[in-house]
Amino acid sequence: MSEEIRFTVNGAERAVRAAQNTPLVYVLRNDLGLRGTRLGCGVNQCGACHVLLDGQSVPSCDTPLWAAAGKKVVTIEGLGTPQRAHRLQRAFVAEQAGQCAYCLSGIMISAEALLARTPDPTEAEVREALDRHLCRCGTHNRIVRAVLRAAKEAA
Amino acid sequence: MSTTAKSASEAKLPGNLQGNRRLSQWLRIAPEGTVTVTSGKVEIGQGILTALAQIAAEELDVNLGRILLVPAATPTSPNEGVTSGSLSIQDSGTALRYACAETRAIYLAEAAAELGVNVDSLKVEDGTITAPNGRRTSYWALADDALLDREATGSVAPKPPSAYKIVGQSMPRVDLPDKVFGLPRFIQDLVLPGMLYGQVVRPASRAARLVSVDDAAVDAMPGVVAVVRDGSFLGVLADREEVAVKAAEALAASAKWDERDTLPDMGNLPAWLRASPHESKVIDDRASDAKPARTFSATYSRPFSAHASIGPSCSLAQWKGYKSVTVWTHSQGVYNLRADLALALGLAPEAVEVRHVEGAGCYGHNPADDVALDAALLARAADERPVRVLWAREDELGWAPYGPTMAIDVSAGIDANGNVVQWTLENYSNGHSTRPGRADKPALLAAGHLEKPFEMPLAINPPMPAGGSERNAVPLYDFPGRRVVCHRVLDMPLRASALRSLGALANVFAIESFMDELAQAAGADPVEYRLRHLTDPRGRSVIEAAARRANWRAWKKTEGRGHGIAFAKYKNLGAYCAVVAEVEAEQEIRVRRLVIAVDVGLVVNPDGVANQLEGGAIQAVSQTLKEAVRFDRRRVVSNTWEDYPILRFSEVPEVIVEIVNRPNERSVGSGEGAAGPTAGAIGNAVFDALGVRIRDLPITPERIVTAIG
Ligand code: FES
Ligand code: FES
Repeated sequence: MSEEIRFTVNGAERAVRAAQNTPLVYVLRNDLGLRGTRLGCGVNQCGACHVLLDGQSVPSCDTPLWAAAGKKVVTIEGLGTPQRAHRLQRAFVAEQAGQCAYCLSGIMISAEALLARTPDPTEAEVREALDRHLCRCGTHNRIVRAVLRAAKEAA
Repeated sequence: MSTTAKSASEAKLPGNLQGNRRLSQWLRIAPEGTVTVTSGKVEIGQGILTALAQIAAEELDVNLGRILLVPAATPTSPNEGVTSGSLSIQDSGTALRYACAETRAIYLAEAAAELGVNVDSLKVEDGTITAPNGRRTSYWALADDALLDREATGSVAPKPPSAYKIVGQSMPRVDLPDKVFGLPRFIQDLVLPGMLYGQVVRPASRAARLVSVDDAAVDAMPGVVAVVRDGSFLGVLADREEVAVKAAEALAASAKWDERDTLPDMGNLPAWLRASPHESKVIDDRASDAKPARTFSATYSRPFSAHASIGPSCSLAQWKGYKSVTVWTHSQGVYNLRADLALALGLAPEAVEVRHVEGAGCYGHNPADDVALDAALLARAADERPVRVLWAREDELGWAPYGPTMAIDVSAGIDANGNVVQWTLENYSNGHSTRPGRADKPALLAAGHLEKPFEMPLAINPPMPAGGSERNAVPLYDFPGRRVVCHRVLDMPLRASALRSLGALANVFAIESFMDELAQAAGADPVEYRLRHLTDPRGRSVIEAAARRANWRAWKKTEGRGHGIAFAKYKNLGAYCAVVAEVEAEQEIRVRRLVIAVDVGLVVNPDGVANQLEGGAIQAVSQTLKEAVRFDRRRVVSNTWEDYPILRFSEVPEVIVEIVNRPNERSVGSGEGAAGPTAGAIGNAVFDALGVRIRDLPITPERIVTAIG
């Protein structure tokens, strides 16, 4: 039941031995120690756990480990680090786009996917791209401003 | 003990210094050039720690970067009770301000002695102390814990606001950078060596008792370490998180419960509230002989509402030989939780250590305390290994304490000029607090499910003047005759407790909706009508500021669009806030814009105030338009995000915040001030758009269709 699955995480080859249907979120957080991916609902309804899977923003709580085999996964830790911040991370700090910030990892991942396909989005396009992400603290407008600010900075 | 010493130790000290009198309980100066601040307050996602750091840096004259905030923990932190957003800056901020001012004076006295100069001639810059002759020393060179190992006197006056350089500036949140990089900062991210994953299976319905469960089958699942059962408390421990989740599902599937109906008819909560036994309290009664020319009355209501934080509640616990336990928690009050854990576990409080770790957004009494008991109970079966418990989303929405339903009857008499001469408000509600640490029984969910269960204490209202269901029940307007009565319902089928702004949201919604109904009867403009009944200058100026910023008078009425205004002074002693809402009514109501004017006294961190207000207002839009906990006669059924929808990105209005700064007035919290006015303004804007008055929250398309008829 448990066999080795290989995939790329944030640019590095990883091999994980776990049941094939283990939700990716647990593998990332608990096996690989990448706890920046947050768990909010476990059933693809809140967006907190999104990661990039071959460039698509997907809920890692609803992605079984086998579906990641041979693919490229990017988590919030893969966007940038305090030493080499990604433009979205810089923009979120500049706009103070966060209260509790629990929702932000998933949102920044979807924002990255949006900017990759639509480099200069309108405000409405940003809202649409983030509509599956819930934020309870009411930080939405600052988040939208942060994504628009990041878009203005060259990638 | 000498008389003088005695009177000193009894002197009334400012803020929370009163109950935590030693300076060393608040801060420590370290030789390596840092100031450690041990506030008993905790970060609940509103930037409180940033504001406290600003206060400490300001009074000590050090750079903000030198301030290190230590998470609250028993038994070392000052016992500051519960952190609830609005009070933190008032109580903790004041104490810290005085403690730091006194610390600065103590260190300056040391420096003066060392440098051989007069204290008054010394200057401090980022902790470096310089004498007129150029000789210098620093806090760090003088650092000595013995200096602060004494009682505060409260006699050193803090700086006047006019001298502030750090307080009053927008400061970036100290915790935000870590979070945008996904660094493990939340309690949900905490991993302890050898940790097991625990999961609880909650009863099938509110009063369900466990009859049987096939625990042997689950125990045999690979990776399962133990099945725990204590009466109707059921849970499982596993070595992997997903195994614990699966095992809990298997346990739930095989569990047989004895169930019965205990919940009221969701379709008519006001009738249930009125029919329930209650305790009545007159909180305002002012007679007037003025004779009304006309009288009006109306009834308003709100449903049960959920906290609905995006991060599920989480806790870790580890026992030492069944005699003592350490608990990691995102509770708002580490000492209160310790008291109730001790009661539920049959331990002395000293045998329970409670350490705070930041959680996801906290908007009141959420299940942080409940999950701590879950973790402690499951960890008893873990053989001294730490256990982490994360609530399932269904439990977070289905079993958390709720903001209670309320029914509010308002009536008024107006004179020939349309002015209010008599005003009566009566509301019905459960109390708004079942927080732990306040009774001789533990107020923790699992305690009610044990073999020897503890009955959940009935919800009480926090004391006046803030109150619970009384909060903002007394309008700020100068009505000659006024009577306000609050009926606390003594039956509690669903656990009720503190949710952001407590009774204020519904009370202000009722008062401000009714003010518009009266303005309409009087043929008056809603802004003008409010101003005519209000002499409080700070109240008037936020109403005027909001109306001006929203261009109230230039509004052009068009089909399906409307605007509305509402106002309140939060708790009648906190922030003054007026909101103008602009809505569009098609199939459903869309709030397009909120213009908020607020006066929070002295502003510590303007961008922080704007961020909190905006967040509170958006949450209030969500509650006003969408949210209601739904249930049948046995169980809550709104336990997924599909059944309990909240406002989404595409539905969030533009929000404009205008801060009226009052540097010489006391700072008050801002997080909750906009909730009631936002709900009231939306109700009034809906009336303006459609000509129908919706008096029951939430204002859903179904209710509008029914009202239009
Ligand atoms: S945790 Fe994956 S969508 Fe909510
Ligand atoms: S900032 Fe708290 S949920 Fe978005």
